[in-house]
Amino acid sequence: MKKISLSSILSQLLLLFFVIVWLIPTFGLFISSLRDKDLLAISGWWTALTTTEINEIYRMSGMEAQIEEDGYFKIKGTLFEENSGKKIESFGINSKKINEFMIGDIAIFKNESEVILDQDGNYEWRSKSEFQNKKGKRLFTTSLSPPSFTFENYREVLFKEGIGRAFVNTMAVALPSTLIPLIICSFFAYSLTWMKFFGRDTLLAIIIASLVVPLQMSLIPILSIYNDFGALFGVAAKSYPGVWMAHTGFGLASTTFLLRNFLKSLPNEMMEAAKVDGASHYDIFLRIIIPLSIPAFASIFILQFLWCWNDLLVGLVFLDQVPSEIILTAKLKELLGSRGENWEILTTGAFVSMTVPLFIFFALQRYFIRGLVAGSVKG
Amino acid sequence: MYDDVFIHLKDRSKEDEVADINVNTVNKYFGDVHVIKDISLDIKSQSFTVLVGPSGCGKSTMLRMIAGLEDINSGTISIDGQVVNDLPPKQRNIAMVFQSYALYPHMTVFDNMAFGLKLEKRSKDEINERVNEAARILQIEDYLLRKPKQLSGGQRQRVAIGRAITRKPKVFLFDEPLSNLDAALRVQMRVELAKLHNELDATMIYVTHDQTEAMTLADDIVVLDTGIVSQKGSPLELYDKPNNMFVGGFIGSPKMNFMPSKILSKSADSTEVDIMGMSKISVPKLSASSSEGDAVTLGIRPEHLVVNGDSDGSWESKVFVVEKLGDVTYLYLEKDGEPLVAEAEGHSDIKVGDTVKVGFPAGRCQLFDSSNQAFK
Ligand SMILES: Nc1ncnc2c1ncn2[C@@H]1O[C@H](COP(=O)(O)OP(=O)(O)OP(=O)(O)O)[C@@H](O)[C@H]1O
Ligand SMILES: [Mg+2]
Repeated sequence: MKKISLSSILSQLLLLFFVIVWLIPTFGLFISSLRDKDLLAISGWWTALTTTEINEIYRMSGMEAQIEEDGYFKIKGTLFEENSGKKIESFGINSKKINEFMIGDIAIFKNESEVILDQDGNYEWRSKSEFQNKKGKRLFTTSLSPPSFTFENYREVLFKEGIGRAFVNTMAVALPSTLIPLIICSFFAYSLTWMKFFGRDTLLAIIIASLVVPLQMSLIPILSIYNDFGALFGVAAKSYPGVWMAHTGFGLASTTFLLRNFLKSLPNEMMEAAKVDGASHYDIFLRIIIPLSIPAFASIFILQFLWCWNDLLVGLVFLDQVPSEIILTAKLKELLGSRGENWEILTTGAFVSMTVPLFIFFALQRYFIRGLVAGSVKG
Repeated sequence: MYDDVFIHLKDRSKEDEVADINVNTVNKYFGDVHVIKDISLDIKSQSFTVLVGPSGCGKSTMLRMIAGLEDINSGTISIDGQVVNDLPPKQRNIAMVFQSYALYPHMTVFDNMAFGLKLEKRSKDEINERVNEAARILQIEDYLLRKPKQLSGGQRQRVAIGRAITRKPKVFLFDEPLSNLDAALRVQMRVELAKLHNELDATMIYVTHDQTEAMTLADDIVVLDTGIVSQKGSPLELYDKPNNMFVGGFIGSPKMNFMPSKILSKSADSTEVDIMGMSKISVPKLSASSSEGDAVTLGIRPEHLVVNGDSDGSWESKVFVVEKLGDVTYLYLEKDGEPLVAEAEGHSDIKVGDTVKVGFPAGRCQLFDSSNQAFK
């Protein structure tokens, strides 16, 4: 029998709490991004999950639509758009009594015209005399609306608003900005851990010290160096290679540090055995370190990639805000300003930007956790 | 018998192929700590040399310096006449078996054993042949495709040894290779190592804490004491004629008994000493540097103490612990300081509280002077 202790119950509860706190907003964002933009503006995302009662006001067509039939003038039409799935329960013709009539009842206006309505919103408005109304009269409906979702927002956001392009741009920034430091730091961490050379400890101390240097402090000096350097070769200071170098520089200390901690935990005697077996540093690196470090590489990849993916500052400073270079976070920020009232664009754009971190999180969570505790726990 | 001769002849024929190891006044410091102090050692080719000594005395360090894993601060180490101070491990033609196995966890047993050969760019056939040969000797043929974590401790140990022998080095260095095994496996592996030494014609240096391993495997035992060589010699030499109290106490199990004593008189070929004020004995050993009245230490092994029997010097003593091990019985006798341990026969009927007569033949005891050096 497994013993259930109080602390394990507590930790489970805490875990549940964090899961809920994390999951609910994410889920809400996802649902919102799939909702009709008009509904999004008037009700919360949770109402989209169940059949809900909604009150709406529609206006019937005006006199141009009238036809003469069976001695009546009639205006026929439908209130809802096609396939809305809404079912009318009751309706009214007066804003004070919006539930006055049931389906099948005949509602009579003051001018003695009468209207009948079926569940699906088809109405027939008839009158003995010819209609003179330029605009139709208003109907107040109370209907049940089933959950309904649409990919319309995604189509809009990805192709019209430029989020799709920004997504590709962000990939183009994040992938090299992760792979380049990973390759460099693997050599670097190896030499710091397993090779003896003059100044090794000093170098390590510098790396650890540079972990605490805030990135914001060096952004502008680096950009100005880029400017001078770019001018020298006649290339733009703000470009993809520039942002790759910036991310590489800012990420190198932490990736090296994490990887070194991992390498340090590999048994010393195994390296010595390899040396006795005749392996050079290069052999050891290639045949022993790399295969054994795959989990560490994976977790460092994830951390660095997510960092680059979610970064706004570096992208803003080192890239121009033009469609071919703007990154997702910058694009979202821009949309927030220009389309702040269009929630469907913001929720959808935000969710698009979350897909990659979500994918990585779910696919590689095993490595992710290990990366977070790298160095503190052996194995 | 015939076999022995044959092996001996075979050894001779290959003598110039295998290594003499000469360690010449080597010093090693870790920071301020002087770990190896001016050690000089000659290790004959094809010999099996065992390094013993208390924990922290520098055995591993010594081995690692020979392997080239640790720099030497001064002195020289040469293998086969060539000074190897500045050669990396791979150019020294050595193999080392580490205490922790140090296998490559991501490789199969076969790849572990083939690693060195692959680096030497041997042909596939040769690699196969050598690995299979080693696997046959070590009886691990069935596990060649397993990963180390799927093996038991004893199997891993054999893989580690296999990794060493596939490369056919001139020198094998073993750092406590059997220390992680259970008693039965140790015995089995010990026998296998002895067989291996006969089959391989290589020089072997072996570090151990285990008395039995040292005594049974070694051609020569080197006793290290905090960075110096206390004594070097064949197992029986060390057992019979320890140079000093340290070696006397270190070799043999249970430990040699030490009793404070003093010289009563000296003659041309013997020294007469006092035994706990109760008896005296004339020991056929001499030391030029000591004179009448000097305090000395008398050393006598438990197995040489005679209980209730005839002996040269004898006295009475009270038993306060009896340990029956089946084949022998150990009696703990009252004495100032550490108790005196005596060996009696397995089915002895001596009980706690009995008073027994103990003594020993004069030729079996050792005398150590005030600076712990043995009388010759
Ligand atoms: N890398 C090191 N840095 C500093 N001191 C060390 C280092 N390696 C060993 N020492 C010290 O050198 C001395 C000898 O160590 P060594 O490992 O050779 O002992 P040993 O005889 O093998 O002991 P054991 O039987 O416990 O394995 C010890 O006092 C140890 O503390
Ligand atoms: Mg050791």
